[in-house]
Amino acid sequence: MTNPIDIAAKATPAPVARRLRGLSDRAIAWIFVAPTIFLLLAINIFPLIWTVRLSFTNYRANRPNEEVEWVGLRNYTRILTDDGIWATMQTTAHFLIWTIVLQVLIGFTLAWLINRKFKGNDLLTTLIVLPMMLSPAVVGNFWTFLYQPQIGLVNYMVELFTGTPASSFSMLGPGGLAPWSIIIVDTWMWTPFVMLICLAGLRSIPDYIYEAAEVDRASKWRQFWTITVPMVLPFLMLAVLFRGIENFKMFDMVNLLTGGGPGNETLLTSIDLKREAFEKWRTGYSSAYAIILFVTVFGLASIYVKALNKVKER
Amino acid sequence: MKRTSLAASAALALAWAAQANAQSGELTLCWAAWDPANALVELSKDFEAQSGIKMNFEFVPWPNFADRILNELNSGGQLCDLLIGDSQWIGGAAENNWYVKLNDFFDKEGISMDDFAPATVYAYSTWPKGTPNYYALPAMGDANGWFYRKDWFAKPEIQAEFKEKYGRDLAEPKTQKELLEIAQFFQGKEIDGKTVYGASIFTERGSEGITMGATGALYAWGFKYENTPGKYDMEGAVNSPAAVEALEFYKELYKTATPPGYDNAYMEQSLDAFKSGQVAMAMNWFAFFPGLYADPNTGGDKIDFFVNPAQNVAASTLGGQGISVVANTDNMDGALAYIKWFANPDVQKKWWAAGGYSCHKAVLDDPNFVNTAPFAGDFLEAMGGVQDFWQEPAYAQLLLAMQERLHNYIVADQGTAQEALDGLIADWTEVFEDEGKL
Repeated sequence: MTNPIDIAAKATPAPVARRLRGLSDRAIAWIFVAPTIFLLLAINIFPLIWTVRLSFTNYRANRPNEEVEWVGLRNYTRILTDDGIWATMQTTAHFLIWTIVLQVLIGFTLAWLINRKFKGNDLLTTLIVLPMMLSPAVVGNFWTFLYQPQIGLVNYMVELFTGTPASSFSMLGPGGLAPWSIIIVDTWMWTPFVMLICLAGLRSIPDYIYEAAEVDRASKWRQFWTITVPMVLPFLMLAVLFRGIENFKMFDMVNLLTGGGPGNETLLTSIDLKREAFEKWRTGYSSAYAIILFVTVFGLASIYVKALNKVKER
Repeated sequence: MKRTSLAASAALALAWAAQANAQSGELTLCWAAWDPANALVELSKDFEAQSGIKMNFEFVPWPNFADRILNELNSGGQLCDLLIGDSQWIGGAAENNWYVKLNDFFDKEGISMDDFAPATVYAYSTWPKGTPNYYALPAMGDANGWFYRKDWFAKPEIQAEFKEKYGRDLAEPKTQKELLEIAQFFQGKEIDGKTVYGASIFTERGSEGITMGATGALYAWGFKYENTPGKYDMEGAVNSPAAVEALEFYKELYKTATPPGYDNAYMEQSLDAFKSGQVAMAMNWFAFFPGLYADPNTGGDKIDFFVNPAQNVAASTLGGQGISVVANTDNMDGALAYIKWFANPDVQKKWWAAGGYSCHKAVLDDPNFVNTAPFAGDFLEAMGGVQDFWQEPAYAQLLLAMQERLHNYIVADQGTAQEALDGLIADWTEVFEDEGKL
């Protein structure tokens, strides 16, 4: 029987074989990895460095003929002393914190409930995960209709159960409800994602641990806090990391629902950044804005990942 | 036999070559997706027949129009050979060399700007403003106007109730304050078994909606952008007592006389509210009026139109666009041929008949013009007093600042009108300082 390595060696064209024969394993590895590294540099690293450079200038992409001036830290100073941008950061933090809290609570509860054997379990799981399969554009549009004061289902239900006239309030309008309305939609859409991750965590807990706890006569409540929660925690933290990063850059759905309004009540940093970069065309300024956001997310994510690793090591 | 087939082949080849030559030129015209654009497609068939140039069209929905097309121009794209772009873009387009300067071409072809309504030449064609430097041919005259349910206004019981309440007949409003009274009168009223509302106005936050709506009131109160044109001295003009009063008026109109949930509405929402029988009055661009009049449910004898009512002065917010040749075109001759064809008075007459709003004096000065459509007279009156937003190269920044300030005050209840306008001056000052104009 012929060795497959010999077959492969014979199949290699003679000139290629001659060239490779003189290379070390490390060199061959580099040859294979080089295209990926090149792409990474070209697509990720170079634009990042270029953005840092632009952030110190007054460059405007819509005025290619204008002279570009080096403005030092002026863009950064302006951003960090702008009350409007701090308000936008607060709006984003409000959105981020509440969506994560609600999604974790509801997602974990759903996973815990669904992690039992009962008739229709599979069908129910499929129905629950449906929202996250939809496009954010579709979700944004149909929730706009659901929130419509005169014909929307939400206002109708509120009137039905509380007697408050449907057309007397607007979920996406003034009155302070809009920030909560976008939290509801994001929670509706992405709770299933958290649920799936929690479900994976719950199903990874071996049955014998619970059996041993039963033998030790541990109550269900104690089993939950000493077995279930600690063992699911790394999964939960991973879900929080994913949702945190995703919601920090949330754009499409909120842009469709409110466009940042009413006023600036739902103006998230991503929407604000897009306006600065591609509507006002303040490219240098928006580059500095993007760098500040990048450093914020990167810093927070690094701290979080360290915490996650510690939890996993326990 | 051989000779015959050879000759036939040669003739066929020649015919094919001629055909190919005729078809070799193609033009893409970019504009917003709305009723007049469809009319232009039909009209342009004449140009295709005459020139042999195939016309392609790229129509972008209004909410994305500026984003899409300005990105295209910024990136040096070649999508558009011809562009019917918003009047506010002309400063940036001229200074960034996106549009071709048309003076030499106009001189060569005998196209005179004196043949077009002066307000439209000023607004759609010139940069710097008012100078004889032309970057567009006035293509689509437009202004923000009003329309109302004539059949509701005519109901005897409504007439009687209105007269009892206000001591005058219910009729087209002559002032902004009358307009508010009428809108408030209809708010929440039961008509034909349905609850109806006063007026649909522009409140949109994302693009230009609330600015275009609120300036209708601001201009009518005498609002000015500068004390001295070209000096950017805004203090006392932008935040004058009259401007504050106008802004407070617009907020009251929004708060007391619009349908519920009407906090992010622009052209489409205004049309929907009217066509679905929700509102007694609505504001919108004249460009939509032919379609509104033709609507089987709310058009015809159920609708009538009026120009933006005056308060201290007669003024309307300018809409409309000029047609420009994009400097990046690879079919410059074809694009210029289209402009020449479009400038022809006969084509302009057909343009008006098809539903477009011609700016040509051959159309507008025709004694019979006011009888050609129920809104023709209002259009002429509106165009006599139009005012436009800044047309500076930094217009997008200026517009977004105004959108934010107005929406925060009018819709989101933040601060006072005075604070909104003072803040607007601060925003605009920063922009002009960045531009090196202050």
